[in-house]
Amino acid sequence: MQPAQAAPMYADSSSEAAPIERAKWPISDLIFQVCALLAILLALSVIIALLFDIFSDGFHRLSWDFLTSFPSRFAAKAGIYSALVGSFCLMLLTIVFSLPLGVGAAIYLEEYAPKNRWTALLELNLANLAGVPSIIYGILALQIFVRWLDFDRSLLSGALALTLLILPVIIIASREAIRTVPRTLREASLALGATQWQTIWTQVLPVALPGIMTGCILAFSRAIGETAPLITIGALTYVAFLPDGLFSSFTALPIQAYNWVSRPQEAFHANAAAAMVVLLIILLSMNAFAILLRVKYQKRTR
Amino acid sequence: MSAEPAFQIKTDMNTSFRAADNAEPTAAVEPKIKVENLNFFYGNHQALYNISLNLLPQRVTALIGPSGCGKSTFLRTLNRMNDIIPGVRLNGEIRIDGNDIYAPNTDVVTLRKEVGMVFQKSNPFPKTIFENIAFGPRVYGLKDRTKLEEIVEKSLVRADLWKEVKDRLHTSALDLSGGQQQRLCIARALAVDPEILLMDEPASALDPRSTAKIEDLIGELRSHYTIVIVTHNMQQAARVSDYTAFFYEGSLVEFGDTREIFTKPRERQTEDYITGRFG
Ligand SMILES: Nc1ncnc2c1ncn2[C@@H]1O[C@H](COP(=O)(O)OP(=O)(O)OP(=O)(O)O)[C@@H](O)[C@H]1O
Ligand SMILES: [Mg+2]
Repeated sequence: MQPAQAAPMYADSSSEAAPIERAKWPISDLIFQVCALLAILLALSVIIALLFDIFSDGFHRLSWDFLTSFPSRFAAKAGIYSALVGSFCLMLLTIVFSLPLGVGAAIYLEEYAPKNRWTALLELNLANLAGVPSIIYGILALQIFVRWLDFDRSLLSGALALTLLILPVIIIASREAIRTVPRTLREASLALGATQWQTIWTQVLPVALPGIMTGCILAFSRAIGETAPLITIGALTYVAFLPDGLFSSFTALPIQAYNWVSRPQEAFHANAAAAMVVLLIILLSMNAFAILLRVKYQKRTR
Repeated sequence: MSAEPAFQIKTDMNTSFRAADNAEPTAAVEPKIKVENLNFFYGNHQALYNISLNLLPQRVTALIGPSGCGKSTFLRTLNRMNDIIPGVRLNGEIRIDGNDIYAPNTDVVTLRKEVGMVFQKSNPFPKTIFENIAFGPRVYGLKDRTKLEEIVEKSLVRADLWKEVKDRLHTSALDLSGGQQQRLCIARALAVDPEILLMDEPASALDPRSTAKIEDLIGELRSHYTIVIVTHNMQQAARVSDYTAFFYEGSLVEFGDTREIFTKPRERQTEDYITGRFG
């Protein structure tokens, strides 16, 4: 009696529960799919609207003259020469500072640092630092580089501010790339009597390099579009000369655009849009290069 | 069921047992590796209990035992590969040529040059065949191109791979077949001219033909090196080794002449394992 009673009850509850779930599933699935699709469309349409807006405003101003003229009081004569060169120098310096520091820190953390509470704390802070708003780095750089170290509102200060900003991103990306190198590779090298440094330099880094480069290029493309930290440390907005050294004052593309947008005349707004187009082209080609690099080397590692 | 593999092993041994070929009085030979009261810990987990054994030069010693019994762990204590795992501890003594390899003044790099290792899963560098083999000598500072070429050829010939790859030395090692890759790894280990060769299941991922090649290779290398090989294949242990060590749950249950271990083991556990009754 007892088992006979128990069995149908069990069967009953399960046969009731199962169809309900199965019936509900496709609807919730559908709803989710539609929501996801809408989200993508929304994001895409915002980007397209943005690109359309910028291009329609600024495209007619793009010309060789625009690229090679200094800013001017007359919108039609103004160009982005000093800003373009400024951005280029800024990037170059930022790369020089942040690449060895960031990759070095990543190598230390992955290969040498003991795995203890301190390194765990360090890791947590790195992740946090990567999320800190860029203006905070600007304020920090203003105090340290501009005031204490007396570098003034120079290219050097700007590059160091950007370095601070992207260092956590570079470290995190490089660590990730180094971590994907299989342990068997390190073991093979160490077992042959290679030192740890020889192993890192000749085996680990070459395999990790494409990943490191991809992460770094994405970080640099973030830095090249940054405005807030540069404004905070006091990059100039009207520069009619090219930087002639580390301590030269400078301007950069986003700063130049920011300056033009804040003017009342329509014509300057067109200039700002054109400067943005140039910046976007640089950005997109950097990202495309990163993707190319990844695709090219993905095939070669197993 | 269980009688059959045991029978096979015996027939194998009659045809190709090696220690019998040149049975020397073992007591007269100074052991190459002396292990005494070795205990090994991964954190709090003890993986090896009080292991003591001597390994003779120019002999092949097989380590057998069920999965997880500590064969790889033991093997890796001999070239200090366990050092790279965080939180490991060990006590006891391992002497190679009389030198305590865990003494504070031991240079791990020199040790690993003398104690080569071949891993279970072949792990060539993602470089060319040439670069794979030249890596070891380069690390020790050899730059001379002709010398490097010589070493590469010699090592590949020794590992019985030269004929197959001599026309493609500068193509990626990853394009080789699994068996070729494993022989490449052996050649790579030979290129730094070690005295001891540790092999952790070198043929476990290979087909019978490649396995036979590797076994033949071990037979040829035997006269130059002290070889320690981990294997799950009892026939293989019987075919290639002079001595056999049976591990069980971190302890060395029995160690001795391979023929004796396989024909009249002293311990019940050993017999059960080699006849396939457990493991
Ligand atoms: N890195 C590690 N950290 C912690 N424990 C480990 C580690 N490597 C091995 N062990 C443990 O040590 C014991 C012995 O492992 P080992 O790899 O030496 O066994 P094995 O005899 O080689 O087995 P198999 O035949 O499967 O390769 C096992 O219990 C295993 O779980
Ligand atoms: Mg093992």
